[in-house]
Amino acid sequence: MSDRAEMVVFWIFSVPLIAGAAGVVVARNPVNAAISLVVSFFFLAGIYVLLTAHLLAFLQVLVYAGAIMVLFLFVIMLLTTKDEEFARARMNVMHVGGVLGALGVLVVVVKAVSDLGPMPMRLVGPEFGTVKAVGRLLYTQYLLPFEATSLLLLVSIVGAVVVAKQRI
Amino acid sequence: MVPANYYLALGAVLFAIGLGGVVVKRNMLVVFMCIELMLNAANLTFLAFARQSGSLNGHAIAFFVMAVAAAEAAVGLAIVIAVFRTRGTLNVDEVAALKN
Repeated sequence: MSDRAEMVVFWIFSVPLIAGAAGVVVARNPVNAAISLVVSFFFLAGIYVLLTAHLLAFLQVLVYAGAIMVLFLFVIMLLTTKDEEFARARMNVMHVGGVLGALGVLVVVVKAVSDLGPMPMRLVGPEFGTVKAVGRLLYTQYLLPFEATSLLLLVSIVGAVVVAKQRI
Repeated sequence: MVPANYYLALGAVLFAIGLGGVVVKRNMLVVFMCIELMLNAANLTFLAFARQSGSLNGHAIAFFVMAVAAAEAAVGLAIVIAVFRTRGTLNVDEVAALKN
């Protein structure tokens, strides 16, 4: 892909991504926020493909947009709140502080990133980011963290059931 | 080729939106979604640096972040359900018992 085409694709993915992320914060209804988050996860997967992270893009759609967001939607469905009006709160100190803090972080980080000067991407082989390459890394160098992750998931399954169940 | 700075700036924007949402929003579930947004911003930064340096280690870290996010979502949502069952509300301002 030429440089110009890649830049165009980057903007095609990143503008809806930011719009979806903003929609999460702006939306009054939690269901709208969740759907907006799913949309932004899909566009983020597109950005990952642009970074030649094919396995991670696939997992982003499967795990995030699939599993985690379905979990969120189920919980929203279970907890139908009558008091959704509290989202309509007036402007207060928290609002002003939150927006100013987020803008401050944004300005500092973007300034730091632009001060780095242009960082061109390195040329990578065709194997970069594929299931084969990442899987080999996970099963050799990162074998212990990988197994620890399986233990973590087991503990979280048991913990979620214990916390959410009324009587055991 | 798009320089890595663009991806890092995009990650910063996502993180800032998530951070603002965590502070501003009052619904516990939406606060959780904003935390997921911040985790994704970190993932994007890892992958951008992995591509920029030509090393796959960032992919492994992003993979582990994803696994931890899944575990965190499961346990966190269980806690939300438990809190809603005892307090009957999702407003984070009304669930401030630890503060007083």
